[in-house]
Amino acid sequence: MIPTLMCPVRTAAGRLGPCLVLSLWLTGCAEMPQETAPLTGMPPPTPSAAPRTTVPTASTETPRPTYRGPWEDPSNPLYQRTIYFDYDSAEIKPQYLDVIRTHSAYLGTTPAQRVTLEGNTDERGTREYNLALGDQRAESVRKLMLAEGVTTGQMATLSYGEEKPAEPGHSENAWRLSRRVIIQY
Amino acid sequence: MTTGKLLRLIATLTLAATASLIVPGTTQARLTIEVTGGVEAAQPIAVVPFGVSEGLIPKEDVAAVIGADLVRTGKFRALPTRDMMAMPSTAAEVDLRDWSLLKMNSLVIGRVEQEGSGYRVSYTLFDVVGGKEIASSSLSTTSGGLRLTAHRVADQVYEKLTGQPGVASSRIAYITASGHGEGQTVTLRVADADGSNPQTIVSSNEPIMSPAWAKDGRQLAYVSFENRRAAIYVQDLTSGRRDLVASYPGINSSPAFSPDGQRLAMTLSKDGNANIYVLNLQTRELTQLTDHFAIDTEPSWSPDGNDLIFTSDRGGSPQIYRMSTAGGPAARVSGEGDYNARASYSPDGKSITMVTRVNGQFRIVVQDLARGLRKVLSDGGLDESPSFAPNGSMVIYATVQNGRGVLATAAVEGGGSQRISQDSGEVREPAWSPTMK
Repeated sequence: MIPTLMCPVRTAAGRLGPCLVLSLWLTGCAEMPQETAPLTGMPPPTPSAAPRTTVPTASTETPRPTYRGPWEDPSNPLYQRTIYFDYDSAEIKPQYLDVIRTHSAYLGTTPAQRVTLEGNTDERGTREYNLALGDQRAESVRKLMLAEGVTTGQMATLSYGEEKPAEPGHSENAWRLSRRVIIQY
Repeated sequence: MTTGKLLRLIATLTLAATASLIVPGTTQARLTIEVTGGVEAAQPIAVVPFGVSEGLIPKEDVAAVIGADLVRTGKFRALPTRDMMAMPSTAAEVDLRDWSLLKMNSLVIGRVEQEGSGYRVSYTLFDVVGGKEIASSSLSTTSGGLRLTAHRVADQVYEKLTGQPGVASSRIAYITASGHGEGQTVTLRVADADGSNPQTIVSSNEPIMSPAWAKDGRQLAYVSFENRRAAIYVQDLTSGRRDLVASYPGINSSPAFSPDGQRLAMTLSKDGNANIYVLNLQTRELTQLTDHFAIDTEPSWSPDGNDLIFTSDRGGSPQIYRMSTAGGPAARVSGEGDYNARASYSPDGKSITMVTRVNGQFRIVVQDLARGLRKVLSDGGLDESPSFAPNGSMVIYATVQNGRGVLATAAVEGGGSQRISQDSGEVREPAWSPTMK
């Protein structure tokens, strides 16, 4: 096993406590890679939902997640949270307007609820162009939800481009499933 | 709190982080390079096993490294050691008639000697046909630098025989990925041009993209999603120290160092759509270069630093445009094709390499800027991320072989092609370093 020296990644202001402990430790370690302070005037990174740990191997059974909201109920219209796109397009197809309206209506009645609109593409074309295309797709959904009354503060966009395909593989089907925006609660 | 408790707390906290910086020096899975073509016109050369002083056992077979470097260019074929009739290691021991009989064009001999705690490598290159010595030199190295010194000798021999600088002592940055979904591991690595000495620069469960070299070869810029959003980092390869340089709302993408290393071009969508910006790395002043509702991304600097080329779909499909780094209008550069993207300049600035779509297949092309002539270099269907070798002779790119991501090189004008794979997982997004001094 190769010893991998792990360093803390940038933490949001909300995680100052552990961050402080680490910085104290780091100052005593001259060869430790370090990060400088963020640029002044730059917005702080979005706090991640929960600290992620090393992912267990496939053999371990994942514990049953706790119920977080109606979007997890298969019989609820909010369960449909994925909007699919045509190749190299950020235009929302008419059959997905209802999906967006359903979520917009729910968010209108629960103003404390926030969502992240995750934009994705298929693997065709260049990675950096696709990152921008995924961003455009997320932005298309955001604008429509804004028009449906959802407030700016309730929505964030995040493009993964082609980096998180829905399925591995290089088939038409994998590509079709990957061209998507996921409304993440 | 006791020291033990503190250490346990630190261990827990570091495990919670999604990315890890890794101290340079740790080695990882080796890249395997197969030469896949271009050896027809190869010149015969003999690289005789180097002599060593009594009792010295160098860590590397210097002649074997030099021979393999020359063969990989596609311009040489090396005489197998078993076919050699003599093993001279000094000029006085050489009888060029032996090598003429074996139909060699050139001969390299040399010695490795102890020098302090390191080595002194000396070599002599002969023109067998012309019957004369044409180069001789010696290089000092630490014991850990012996392999790099062998690459440098290969580069000097290559330059003497072809008139073009060699690239054996350059390096390649690339991304590896294994697993899928939440179980994915992505790393940014740097290896020598012959695939040896791979080192992990950063590792994460979230995507890492777009490695880009600074012109001095000492820093890499890249995009990492380790905080669950795209952010651009600049990392020093020697110390491991890194700076977070862009983490705006939206995408933070496509970093590209200016030739003078003072500025970083990048793509940001903080104002709603993807535009090209330039960040001054000293003053941290950010300048917006393009302002268009279309996607503008993938900036690349001209070698003189005066122009940027970038991808834009402002005309309805992705195409390459060029504009002055001082700002102003952008003009289309890419010729035929309904999809041309991720262009970068050749080291002499006379041509560009990019991804193009031909009959639904994504391939690598080189386009001559003065005449607009294009040459397709690859024959895959999902080829991407082309990057020129520092001498402009080859382009390295990512391709898919048997469903798996591998790297390949293609010669721009005659020479070898190679396929570069790792024993497991995907390899992608190669970035060839500048010439290392």
